[in-house]
Amino acid sequence: MPKLSIDGRDIEVEAGTTILQAAERLGIEIPRFCYHERLAISGNCRMCLVEVEKMPKPVASCAQPVGDGMVVRTNTPAIRKARQGVMEFLLVNHPLDCPVCDQGGECDLQDQAVAYGADRGRCREPRRQVHDHDYGPLIATTMTRCIHCTRCVRFLNEIAGVPELGAVGRGEHMEVGTYLGRAIGSELSGNLIDLCPVGALTNKPAAFTYRSWELKKTESADVMDALGSRIRIDTRGNQVVRILPVADDAVNEEWLSDRSRFACDGLTRQRLDRCYVRRDGKLTPASWHEAVMAVANALRGAPGGRVAAIAGDQADAESMVALKDLMAGLNSPNMDCRGDGAKLEAGVRASYLFNSTIAGINQADAVLIVGSNPRKEAPVLNARLRARWLTGQMKAAVIGPKTDLTFGHDWLGDTAEILSSVAEGKHPFLEVLKAAKRPMLILGQGALARDDGAAVLSLARKLADAAGLIKPDWNGFNVLHTAAGRVGGLDLGFVPGKGGRDVAGIVDGAARNEIDVLFLLGADEIDMAGLGHAFVVYLGSHGDAGAHRADVVLPAPAYTEKSGTWVSTEGRVRRSRLAAFPPGEAKPEWMAIKALSDAMNRALPYATLAEVRQRMVAVNPIFAAVDEIRPAAWGAFGMLGAVSDKPFESTIADFHRVDPISRASETMAACSKAFGPKCGCHSKKTVTHD
Amino acid sequence: MSGGFAFNADNAAKAKALLAKYPEGRRPSAVMGLLDLAQRQVGWVSQEVIEAVAEMTGLAPIRVQEVATFYTMYNLSAVGHHHVQICTNICCLLTGSDGVAETAKRALGIEFGETTPDGRFTLSEVECLGACVNAPMMQIGDDYYEDLTPESAKAIFETLKTGGTPKPGPQSGRQFSAPAGGPTTLKTLGGEAG
Ligand code: SF4
Ligand code: FES
Repeated sequence: MPKLSIDGRDIEVEAGTTILQAAERLGIEIPRFCYHERLAISGNCRMCLVEVEKMPKPVASCAQPVGDGMVVRTNTPAIRKARQGVMEFLLVNHPLDCPVCDQGGECDLQDQAVAYGADRGRCREPRRQVHDHDYGPLIATTMTRCIHCTRCVRFLNEIAGVPELGAVGRGEHMEVGTYLGRAIGSELSGNLIDLCPVGALTNKPAAFTYRSWELKKTESADVMDALGSRIRIDTRGNQVVRILPVADDAVNEEWLSDRSRFACDGLTRQRLDRCYVRRDGKLTPASWHEAVMAVANALRGAPGGRVAAIAGDQADAESMVALKDLMAGLNSPNMDCRGDGAKLEAGVRASYLFNSTIAGINQADAVLIVGSNPRKEAPVLNARLRARWLTGQMKAAVIGPKTDLTFGHDWLGDTAEILSSVAEGKHPFLEVLKAAKRPMLILGQGALARDDGAAVLSLARKLADAAGLIKPDWNGFNVLHTAAGRVGGLDLGFVPGKGGRDVAGIVDGAARNEIDVLFLLGADEIDMAGLGHAFVVYLGSHGDAGAHRADVVLPAPAYTEKSGTWVSTEGRVRRSRLAAFPPGEAKPEWMAIKALSDAMNRALPYATLAEVRQRMVAVNPIFAAVDEIRPAAWGAFGMLGAVSDKPFESTIADFHRVDPISRASETMAACSKAFGPKCGCHSKKTVTHD
Repeated sequence: MSGGFAFNADNAAKAKALLAKYPEGRRPSAVMGLLDLAQRQVGWVSQEVIEAVAEMTGLAPIRVQEVATFYTMYNLSAVGHHHVQICTNICCLLTGSDGVAETAKRALGIEFGETTPDGRFTLSEVECLGACVNAPMMQIGDDYYEDLTPESAKAIFETLKTGGTPKPGPQSGRQFSAPAGGPTTLKTLGGEAG
């Protein structure tokens, strides 16, 4: 390993490390624009110049591998002068519009101009003019500010796998843009805004509404998909202005999907801010007391078997445990958290987790994706699959919808029959899985949320055994969830008790007037028209389908407005923090349920959030380990049966409109219109991965 | 898919040979050659050409566009049958490129950047073409015409207009870039003593 000295301090690093990375390890910061640790090195901004003994000219430290015995200086007068020169060139064409630029206050160029900029420019030529582009509803462009670092180009090329941006022309005439000015059809496009070191690419929906230093920053957890990405919620006053990713190497690295990032305007629209009770067929405003009494009255006299509860896709564990306890008190076994009807079982934890963990993808050498389009269901996870595929060490195949996943794969077919032929060894892909050291199956909800889901699940289990997915130190049986609340619900056992009804059974029962009272915990995705005479109690944040059908509406905070617990698809317990206060009289669901239990003289035994959480831990100790992963034991599950020849489809039809928040979001509506229902995947195949 | 452009039989064979030069999985390496071949067939690099070449190399269209816009020898708009490119950089300027340019404009009746109405000539002003020792010079098609004077330039255009083929190279009679007045050393290697 080469040894070198940087600013008089010695360090030994692996061969191939660059000077900039070595310096970083010593805590020496070298200014940079184009270098980004998660992108390929391009070495084009020249801001990172350093002096190396015996080298005649300053070198770009981001692109220079270390050599044994190198003597590097990062802070000499000559280097400062060189960087000043680079800065002066960068500023020749960069407009002085910081006062009206959204990047102001968090701009690399601005910050470094403080260190290396001159107090006046010497260039007397007119600044160059560059036309702005239309990148779609999410990204605002001011291309005169572009310093051609090509970070955005590299991100789309390497990480997102949609090579749409490029640098056209050269020299003075070089411009960054898309081919023929198309919009950027990636579901990860928002990350370009974070990557752009200047204000060339900024947040369009939030344009001109904030200065970065006025925002209150709250670290939290994302619930717009089931990955459990770490996010930062930026608020001003009580309003969520924007949502940004927080780096977490094990989960979302530094990225966030567009829905997670941009649906936040949906948090202010169609909100339920007070209770409603249906009187004479019309929902009329009511006080909490009236609403709770109305529910208690409806419940009085209803036998347990005629009461049911469905938990929605974004339900937090606190509300589910409370609702489950309430249902137990009412003697009702009819509850379900699998709103889409996925035939998952709560018994064996390994049967519904992404067992290899998300980071495990980095080791996978063969993957079979069944009934899922990860690009739509979990874009950040898909980017990891692509990154792994790019190393050339992973073979991929798909049984399911035929789409452009941004990485190369064999499409084996889209029916359960193909899955069964792989499981039985009649299909050659089984050999690929068997030969792999770290084989992986990704089972999507599209394969499970169907009538034969249980049979498909058992087929998948059979395949796991046949292909040797389960090894002493590896479990490659992975279920990819799309609902943030699902794993938490299964962990709490929010599934039908003995003789209880599942979602289909509840809906069916309600239609036949066998259900008197139905609780919808943020569940909007069921068929509201066919609920018969059931008295529907809706607990949730948005006036979506459920609230319209409800007889009593109890307003609740959204995930940004409470401290809630979710469990990600890989079984990681995530906790959100309160970043803004809920609107009006909304209060957390568990409190509403508690109030209801009090009104019925069946008081739940907890009064504070801490006590609810103790109760969660009592139900499942997993809830004690926040942010951790506990490996789950393998077991028997699934139910053998006949499978239909209906093709597998992704459960997400429109990437931009999945849950009440994104359905209320104008930004997401605009995206849906601009990109079509299928994120960017509808656009022409993007060639680099054939 | 890219309805507009397809190689003709001859060029298709050449394109195939070009692609075959690179190992499997390295098709993008053929991008410059293919663009050149396409330009030779239709005169310029159109959107259809970019998309066809993208398809053949497996590159995204933007990648091909980057290449096509980086190199000035790819024409991004249609040019006439004869593409006349006159160098006006320092050496040519000092040796009279102004006069050559003036002659060209008058002989063809167009300005820089224009094409004659009959589509036969396009006149371009270009940067150094690397023939400074024979300045002033211009390039027409694939040929260099060097050591120009307004008169010799005019003769070239007259020949072209009548459908003839002027002799490329130095128009002053000197051999390649040998000294203007004839060789000053190695004289015996020339004609007679040979
Ligand atoms: S738009 Fe931003 S990220 Fe892209 S090249 Fe320009 S400065 Fe870099
Ligand atoms: S950071 Fe090194 S050249 Fe840009």
